[in-house]
Amino acid sequence: MDVSDSVLRHLRHVAALPDLTSTRYELESEIGRGGMGVVYAARDRQLGRRVALKILDSAMAGEARIMAQLEHPAIVPIYEAGALPDDRVFYAMKLVTGARLDHFLGGSPSLAERLRVIRRVGEALAFAHTRGVIHRDLKPQNVMVGEFGEVYVMDWGVDAVAGTPAFRAPDARLDRRSDIYALGALLRFMLPASAPLALSAIAGKAMQADPCARYPDAPALLADIERFAVGLAVEAWSEPWWHRLRRFGARNALLLWLLAAYAGVRFLLFFLRYL
Amino acid sequence: MNKILVGLVVGLVLGAMDGATAWFYPETHSMLAGIMVGSSIKGMVVGLLSGWFARRVQSMKWGIAVGAAFGLLFAFLVAAVDTVNGRHPYLEIMMPGFVVGAIIGFLTQRMGTPGRAREAEK
Repeated sequence: MDVSDSVLRHLRHVAALPDLTSTRYELESEIGRGGMGVVYAARDRQLGRRVALKILDSAMAGEARIMAQLEHPAIVPIYEAGALPDDRVFYAMKLVTGARLDHFLGGSPSLAERLRVIRRVGEALAFAHTRGVIHRDLKPQNVMVGEFGEVYVMDWGVDAVAGTPAFRAPDARLDRRSDIYALGALLRFMLPASAPLALSAIAGKAMQADPCARYPDAPALLADIERFAVGLAVEAWSEPWWHRLRRFGARNALLLWLLAAYAGVRFLLFFLRYL
Repeated sequence: MNKILVGLVVGLVLGAMDGATAWFYPETHSMLAGIMVGSSIKGMVVGLLSGWFARRVQSMKWGIAVGAAFGLLFAFLVAAVDTVNGRHPYLEIMMPGFVVGAIIGFLTQRMGTPGRAREAEK
């Protein structure tokens, strides 16, 4: 490689950078790149804060409008949207510091923590569905877990996005139930190898090939996860009797201990009479 | 069902069942009905107090402790007025009374709708 190659590469790189001179933002560094655009860390000169700046092709301008409709604690808030001199569009949003879900799972979080995250994702999805928005591309790379445990679902889909194969429903037309499929796939992805069968069954029901066999909506899936969390039977799995018995024992362990203590006291008193 | 009512019902049932265990002692057969009635009343009083406590404080730990304490206290009072073969059956009445009180305390925390609840430190 000679000098002219490196100069050329540098020029190409600089030319690809967005021209932000007409905006209040100052580019810092690239933090992510996907098929639909590039995300940069930038500084808002006016407010003196760091933001994430997503630069998209002008055809994707609808994405910012979609996200702006979704004001929810688990959805990254949009601060501003606009156009660049080269006709590309941008939107500024909260810069989330933390880990992508797939990286977060590398830290081996507890099952309870995994379920907390999937609940937050499901709540964001349920909220978006009530606003008529579907995600279309829910996957670990689109979920961020902040340093204080906050969860954000990002990259809300637009028509051009068809989803990521492992998380995409085999449906001809994507709708809410396609998001339910992706949520199930995300749950399955998040479960450790030793996950309880009930949770695997919940993921399996959400990922049924027939959309009508899936949960009707995100709250129904979340309700099944909640049932699991409090020790109740889940809708997705008809458990064997021995499993039901074990679950009952686990759920009522304290009461069983107290009853056993009572029986122990009675036996003790009964036999003490004959000593 | 509110917690006081839960306490009364649970206390009545557990008290009656606890009293019925006297059947295992042949010398008490002639007094079994009286023992069951007395034990049921004791259970209901413990249930009433435990239910009242559960309405005010939602804490399993404290619910069990307070139920056990009430159970022990009322079992002591019963044993103090009762005499079998010239002695007070403290051990025979207070030990099961303590555990039954704990169970009533547990059930009044677990079941029923709380009133104006005050969250205790778990």
